[in-house]
Formats: sequence, C-alpha cells, structure tokens
Amino acid sequence: MNKNKRIYLDHAATTYMDPKVRESMKPYWEENFGNPSSIYEEGREAKRAVSDVRIKVAETINGRPDEIIFTSGGTESDNLAILGAARSYKDRGNHVITSKIEHHAVLDACKQLEKEGFEISYIDVDENGILDLKQLKEELRKETILVSIMYANNEIGTIQPIKEIAKAVRAHKKAMGDHESHMPLLHTDAVQAPSYLDLNVLKLGVDLMTLNGSKIYGPKGVGVLFKKRGIKIDPLIYGGGQEAGIRSGTENVAGIVGFAKALELAAQSKEKESARLTELRDYFIENILKALPEARLNGSKTDRLPNNINISVRGIEGESMVLYMDAKGVACSTGSACTSDVLEASHVIQAIKSPHKYAHGSLRFTMGKKTKKADIDYVLKVLPEILNKLRVVSAIK
Amino acid sequence: MTNKQNKKTNTSDGSDWQYSETVKKHFFDPKNVLLTDPKPDDFDAEGQVGSPACGDVMKMWVKLAPPKEAGIDPMKMKIKKLKWRTFGCASAIASTSVFSEMVTKNGGMTIEEALKITPKDIMAELGGLPAVKVHCSVLADQAFEKTIENYRGGK
Repeated sequence: MNKNKRIYLDHAATTYMDPKVRESMKPYWEENFGNPSSIYEEGREAKRAVSDVRIKVAETINGRPDEIIFTSGGTESDNLAILGAARSYKDRGNHVITSKIEHHAVLDACKQLEKEGFEISYIDVDENGILDLKQLKEELRKETILVSIMYANNEIGTIQPIKEIAKAVRAHKKAMGDHESHMPLLHTDAVQAPSYLDLNVLKLGVDLMTLNGSKIYGPKGVGVLFKKRGIKIDPLIYGGGQEAGIRSGTENVAGIVGFAKALELAAQSKEKESARLTELRDYFIENILKALPEARLNGSKTDRLPNNINISVRGIEGESMVLYMDAKGVACSTGSACTSDVLEASHVIQAIKSPHKYAHGSLRFTMGKKTKKADIDYVLKVLPEILNKLRVVSAIK
Repeated sequence: MTNKQNKKTNTSDGSDWQYSETVKKHFFDPKNVLLTDPKPDDFDAEGQVGSPACGDVMKMWVKLAPPKEAGIDPMKMKIKKLKWRTFGCASAIASTSVFSEMVTKNGGMTIEEALKITPKDIMAELGGLPAVKVHCSVLADQAFEKTIENYRGGK
C-alpha cells in the first residue's frame, strides 16, 4: 500500500465535503455576500438564496418552510430543542424523558435542565443498544413535556424505533384526555440519519428534529432544527430576530446553501448507498469476528446504520488500537471523538452492559462514500496484526 | 535524569493530544514487556494495581540481585530485571516502558533509589504527557511500590 494513502473510516465524526456542495456555496463568499436583513439588492439576493433552500430542505423532510430553523450545527439544534422547549413549557410540567445513549449535546442539555428544576428520566437500552420502549411508556406521565430520543446512535449505529415512540406518545396524550395539546413534544437527534434513513417528519411523527451539515458531506458549522408549526420554544440566542426570532444572528448564507445541497444529495444517493454499505458492513463484521474470536460486536447486527461497525476486543484498550491503526494509515475512533479525552468507558458501551474487560476496548469504524472493499480488506489484514502486538502487552488475558 | 531534549513538558489543558516523540517510541516499541508467563523462580516478587473497571491494570515483576541473604538490607538490593504488562492506554504503556528502562540501566538501581522515582520524573523522561493522561504515569510508580511491598512482606 502507498505509504501516504490514508483510509478514512470515521464518517460519523465528520465527512469530507462533496464537490457539488462546495460548488453550490461558491457564489456566496465574494459575489453574493449580502446580509439577508438588508433591503437593497445585495440583501434581497441573499435573502432569496436562504428562502429558496429553506423550501428545498422543507420538501426533503416533508415539512414546511416556516418549520425550518437554521443553526450553527447539531449541538446547537439539540440544545435549542431541549432547553428551548422545556423552558417554554415549564408551566405545563417539569418532566423530560431521554435515553442513556444520547449524544452529549442532548445529555448535557438535560443535565442543565436538572439544575433548573426539571426531572429527567434516562431510559435504558437492551444489550443490542435498542431503547426499552416498555420502560419509556411507563415513564410517561402528566407532567412529561418532552421526550428526546435519537434516531440513530453515533457510536454503535443502532436505529431507534422513532415511529413506535411517536405512537406511544400519541396514545399517552389520548389517555390524558389532552390530545388537543402538544404535550409531550417528541424530539429526535437525526444527525447520523440523513444519508441512510427516512427523514419524513410526518411519517416519523416527530415535533422537533436535529440535523447537521458536517456529517452529510456538507459544511461544518451549520445545522437545522425542524420545529413543527404551532410549537413555541425559547431562543438561546437573542439579537436581530432572524429565523422567526428563534435564532438571532446574521444567517450563514453560504453554509445554509451548502447544507441544503448536501441534504438533497443525501436523499438522492440514500437508497443505493445504503445497499452498497450494508453489504460492505456485513462483510466487515462477519470477517472481523472470524479473525478475532475474542472480539464482540457492539449493538444490533440488523437494526444499525449501514455504515457503522463497532467492536470491542477483550483486554485491549481503545486508544492504543486507534493509535496503531493511525500509524498504519487508518483513521478510526474509540467511543466518540468528543469523549476520547474522557477516561471513563463510553456511556453507550456501558449502557449496553458490556463487561469491563471489553468496555474500554471499543473501536468504531464508520464508512462513507469513498469507502471501497479494498479499504475494508486492508483493515481486516492489519487489525489482527495490531491486536497480536497489543495482546502481548496486556495484563488481562 | 532529565535529558535536555525532553525538558519541554506538555502544558496541556486536555485539548492537546500531541504525544512526544519519546512517548510514541516507547508506545510503538515498548521495552521489558513480559512476553511469556513466568516460571516460579523467574522473579523475586510481583505486584498489581488498578482494575479493569477503571480501564487500567498494571502488573509488574522484579528480579533482584544479589540474591536475598541474611544481613543484607533489602533496600540495597539492585533491580536486575523488571518486566510488566498493562491493560492501559498509550500513556500507561509508554510510562511503564520508560520506567523499566530507568530502573534497570547501568546494572540497575537499588530498590531505595527506584522508590524515589516520582511520576514527575517519569513524565520528564517521556517529554511530557497530556494533562488528562498524567495519572497514567502514576500507575507505573504505584505498581512498583506494590511489588516492593509484596517483596518485603515475603509474598
């Protein structure tokens, strides 16, 4: 293998930009640089650009243009949904439900709500990393104002039953005799989903949905919060009143245009790319488990994103594997990139009740558009060699 | 003990993940790893610290010289061999590797001398560690102390 060639297998962390996305953004740096709030031609042109793509984004997820709020990314969208909704409806109740495997953008927003007097229920997942729906139903109560469950997990790729959850929430509303009201709202963090899963908000039955540009071959620093019409949320950022007053600040016009393009491309390639990567994923999983008898797959084999492979190797620590893989030209991760400076085992791996000897050794590969079978074959060749070397050092046999 | 090139300590706030060249060298080619399980007389003592739950286990074995005799102060024994294994991160591996070299070079330190080595000394020898990884250098130090404690306790 060419020494300088890198194999990038961390698409769940972030993606390279699609050249078509870059092209779509190009006019909005120097030529059409106007501020959409200005009333003269430059401003009107920028405003048109944002309005046009707002319609496109809305169409892609089967929402309406006024239901699309552009933000600075997934973290802001999650925070805006959770803090914004809870604070707005705090007179209706103080209870929020989420899961133990959410991204920290959700979990830490919930921690903040606890400080503000809210009560949070963290629902378990089973050993396959799928939400315990029964437990969620039991936790729903009169005071519940928000349920936030991710669509697909960023670490182990497990797909959560959002439609079922929406159904349970609807049944609960009915049982409360209060189905006219919006409570509780259902939010989903769909950041990992657009390239592979159905984003139709009506079919999913969600009130709030988080999207992010940097995981879908779009620009970093731009995201969307879908917010169903009629729902009121408190802003996090105050100022010029952009995005219907919910998210002030001059619009990131180039980023917004790029995001819309990326989402459009994701929708176009979804079916084909899902089929291609599912095959590659299953090939990877089958062969890695064959080559490493002491390895186990984290998360469901079937209810998982087509691009995600997450394994644990008994007695081998994650960071060591990542550094050796890096030296061999492969970019992959342990836990999620955000938690690699946290020394505890990943909260997701803990939630699926992996034994400690395994928990610190999770290794995540997330494939993408440029991933070829040859890349996977290379990993299948070098990973067992690396593990043989690390096993010698390990104090746990 | 501190070599000049390694004097630069990594003043990381936790966001800096750059490992020094010395750390990388010891991580990718660790010294004195115990390759095969020991026979009964291979070592004079062994010790283990940490737990898998914390993500860190360190096991150490030492062979001392001269052989244990009546009248010799155990603290004056020299470390002839020091072997180890760990379930730990890159920093733990590099720290222990460098520690094993420090205590065995030039005919070996006495137990007394080796016990004086602090995590700070290990860090200096490594050219620094990211702030969140400092505790990994403590692991080597603790495992050695435990091993000597076991030795003196006759285990």
